[in-house]
Amino acid sequence: MATPEELKQRIEAAIPGAEAEVTSADNVHFQARVVAAAFEGKNRVEQHRMVYGAFDPGELGGAVHALQLRTETP
Amino acid sequence: MSDNPLRDAIAEAIRDNKVILFMKGTPEQPMCGFSARAAGAVQATGVPFAAVDILPDPRIRQELTAISNWPTTPQLFVDGELVGGSDIVVEMLETGELHEVLGAEKPAEAPAVTSEADASGPAPLGIENRLG
Repeated sequence: MATPEELKQRIEAAIPGAEAEVTSADNVHFQARVVAAAFEGKNRVEQHRMVYGAFDPGELGGAVHALQLRTETP
Repeated sequence: MSDNPLRDAIAEAIRDNKVILFMKGTPEQPMCGFSARAAGAVQATGVPFAAVDILPDPRIRQELTAISNWPTTPQLFVDGELVGGSDIVVEMLETGELHEVLGAEKPAEAPAVTSEADASGPAPLGIENRLG
């Protein structure tokens, strides 16, 4: 089962320079706030896709049932 | 006729509906909190929209994700473009961007119902109100 710490590390590894705060009450539903300079010049859909890139196909909606996401630039 | 009629049908629905929301359940009876929030946000703009329930057949979600390159549901499309999932849609409602994207009249600064709204708010659009 994924933990918030594991998701934080994966998101930060997928987006160089990103800082992620990840929380979860049940290790199935997660909330993440990701701040990254790499988001600059990208719309929200592109920003969220970059974060989703840290996950395997089928993982979101599967083991990670829900990821509530907020992306920001520093 | 392509060899993937379901994908064609989804692509056609996205193309033919100015505003279309793919969700779990229906706006009247959403089957997931995220879908409920996305539907509620679009409803809050007052703009009519098409809604597709993805639950009846798992292939709908599969094909939708293949088209949109977006892993989760709900998904809101406007003018054939993916606007986002529930987090983005709700965030855009809060900032007023959703009204902009949907071509809706912007809400007053304080969306809460106030008795002063009549004095400062936009005039009602109904034509009968201008004839009196």
